[in-house]
Amino acid sequence: MIPEIGHFALIIALCLALILALVPAWGAWRGNSVAMALAPSLAIGLLVFVGISFICLTTAFLQDDFSVKLVASHSNSLLPSIYKFAAVWGNHEGSLLLWALILALWTAAVALFSSQLPLLVLSRVLSVMGGISVGFLSFSLITSNPFARLLPAAPADGSDLNPLLQDPGLIIHPPLLYMGYVGFSVAFAFAIAALLGGRLDASWARWSRPWTNIAWAFLSLGIMLGSWWAYYELGWGGWWFWDPVENASFMPWLAGTALIHSLAATEKRGLFKSWTVLLAIFTFSLSLLGTFLVRSGVLTSVHAFATDPARGMFILVFLAIVVGGSLTLYAFRAPAVSSRVSFGWVSRESLLLCNNVVFLVATLTVLFGTLFPLIVDALGLGKVSVGPPYFNAVFVPLMALLVPLMGLGPVSRWKRDAVERWRGELAIPAVVAVLCGITLPLLHAPYNIWVALAVLLSSWLVLGLARDLWQRLRSASSAGQGLARLTPGYCGMLIAHLGFAACVVGIVATSQYSVEHDLKMSPGDSRVLAGYEFRFVEVVQVRGPNFVADEARFEVTRDGVPVASMGPQKRRYLASGSVMTEAAIDAGLFRDLYVAMGEPVGSSGAWAMRLHFKPLVRWMWLGAILMALGAFTAALDKRYRRQREVIHSSGEAVLRGA
Amino acid sequence: MHPVRRQRLYVVLFIALFSSAAIGLVIYAMRGNINLFYPPAEVVAGKAPVDQSIRVGGMVVKGSVQRATDSLQVNFQLTDFQASVPVVYTGILPDLFAEGQGAVASGRLNGDGVLEATEILAKHDENYMPPEVADALENSGYDQKGKPQ
Repeated sequence: MIPEIGHFALIIALCLALILALVPAWGAWRGNSVAMALAPSLAIGLLVFVGISFICLTTAFLQDDFSVKLVASHSNSLLPSIYKFAAVWGNHEGSLLLWALILALWTAAVALFSSQLPLLVLSRVLSVMGGISVGFLSFSLITSNPFARLLPAAPADGSDLNPLLQDPGLIIHPPLLYMGYVGFSVAFAFAIAALLGGRLDASWARWSRPWTNIAWAFLSLGIMLGSWWAYYELGWGGWWFWDPVENASFMPWLAGTALIHSLAATEKRGLFKSWTVLLAIFTFSLSLLGTFLVRSGVLTSVHAFATDPARGMFILVFLAIVVGGSLTLYAFRAPAVSSRVSFGWVSRESLLLCNNVVFLVATLTVLFGTLFPLIVDALGLGKVSVGPPYFNAVFVPLMALLVPLMGLGPVSRWKRDAVERWRGELAIPAVVAVLCGITLPLLHAPYNIWVALAVLLSSWLVLGLARDLWQRLRSASSAGQGLARLTPGYCGMLIAHLGFAACVVGIVATSQYSVEHDLKMSPGDSRVLAGYEFRFVEVVQVRGPNFVADEARFEVTRDGVPVASMGPQKRRYLASGSVMTEAAIDAGLFRDLYVAMGEPVGSSGAWAMRLHFKPLVRWMWLGAILMALGAFTAALDKRYRRQREVIHSSGEAVLRGA
Repeated sequence: MHPVRRQRLYVVLFIALFSSAAIGLVIYAMRGNINLFYPPAEVVAGKAPVDQSIRVGGMVVKGSVQRATDSLQVNFQLTDFQASVPVVYTGILPDLFAEGQGAVASGRLNGDGVLEATEILAKHDENYMPPEVADALENSGYDQKGKPQ
């Protein structure tokens, strides 16, 4: 019964989404304020019904209702409850429902928190989001119904959740990632609404900015968790593979980063208007493209799961409609929203322009590398894959180009600045950064030129921020008062840029300094790695709730001092019989020790073992967390919430005039 | 020229220059870093280049996996049921690597026709098959489970 309620609620949700997509948009077109005023309640109704549907599916999972096909193929009665819950989105149909739920959540959030928006704009925004909901809900209902039953032949037990997904990281990774992916639909909807209305000004940018920031923050966290999960769960110690599915989430992130910065210029100076709109369209299109790549299985990927070509076709058509439709609209309406504002060459605008060019080029090179195999295959030229060396070769120089400009960013002024002033402001930071770059890598022998370069660039960035902060605090009467005067927007920028610096240092240091050994070890053997002695004590049998495992016991010492006891496992899951490596990690701010088991070698009890020493690997994820924190902080800025009355009345007037 | 328009011209020029530099970089990076996929039949027929980075995919031949007792070296054969390619790999194999299952090996073919693999990609869940392997099998008339069609 419960699954049928869920199915029915999903159908009602689709109907509501259809009404939301059509009626308020019609109202906005004909000036019918009754039709427009329906939009917020429809948005909330949509959330309620998708929510009911989601709760029904969750209930089916928690109650082990194996007559539901999805539950039977992705859960098991032995599965711990928390993973039964996570299993709801550990599969295609359920993750699509989660996507629809999060989209409904964002739509309802826009409806609830946008009382300062003119009704005309709000109804257009919600209509566009309703249209996207129609696409995803019908996709779910037509090609991948999560509530399909296995009646009358319901199995006695389920075939278990893929063991790789039985992990705390996977409980929150997909929801966070989808919050980011789907969140860009808000920026997209605002852009389309602006094009429809032909009005794009500072207040438009001010409405879009907090939504874009929050979506970007969630996406950063989602990507970071995915990388962290791959690091400890896949068992080979890598944290980024330039895998098509990773790229699928990374491309909207890159485009979203460009969007955040160009929105800043649009809000403060009324610049790059039509460009910002194009970026918003581009970012969300990349989110959809990512969904297509992940859900259609057209690419070989370590993440790919069994798929159905009909689904790929559906998303491809949907993608074509969204991209084609919005670009056509853009072509017709962009001239109406373009700006005629000039700026000096030496100014913050120029730097933001450079940021946009770098991030856009980075997005396009990643896009090209990801789609290249598909293009070659479609042309019948063979099957190729583009490896990590390609991505590293194009991506690293681009980012290296970016950081020197990031150091200038905070101290630069809008409109017109002077090179002499920059020189005066940044002479000391430049000297100190060079000193840091030369001296800090001395702490770790042998001296590594790439780490030196990374330290040089990131200390330049950090010191530029510090210089600007100091200038701001100095002009206040006391430090406390100076701090209080900093806006959340400024603090957010500070935190996010610091996070970026941490990320750069973490990535370069861990890539250059990591020591990785795959070797054969017998109980009693020991091996010294970067000063740490790993002693393989024994292998014991352990039993978990739904698996049995061989656990290797390791004692790690440094100069005779015990550092850690580590217990990597080789698990065999009972329901599916699949084997899984569970790595043991001793985490630290400055280094991670990583041990994973391979397979038994020979008959004497020896095992293949993977021992890694990874310095500063945590900095990368801490950096990502800081970036997300920064974006959240910036979204809290008061100016996004005030002046509702003023905007309301003047907005209506301008809209009527246009 | 109107100053705004002139500025726009410079911006476009800058973007064009920068993009061409990026395209140059992309082409340079593309040259050495793309791997062509070959089904085992083509490798055995001598169509695959020697000592170039390639990928070979197929089913792991049952009974062909041999592990050395004193190192991490593994020998096995990949087949599309028309021909088999011997593969040698040193390191730890992915969890889902097994005889009679699909796998993709990337590496270089040596003079003796053995693929010296640097990376083995096995499928990641029970029902997934790398698309290239599925195609290669289909071309030789077998389905994904290795049964004749």
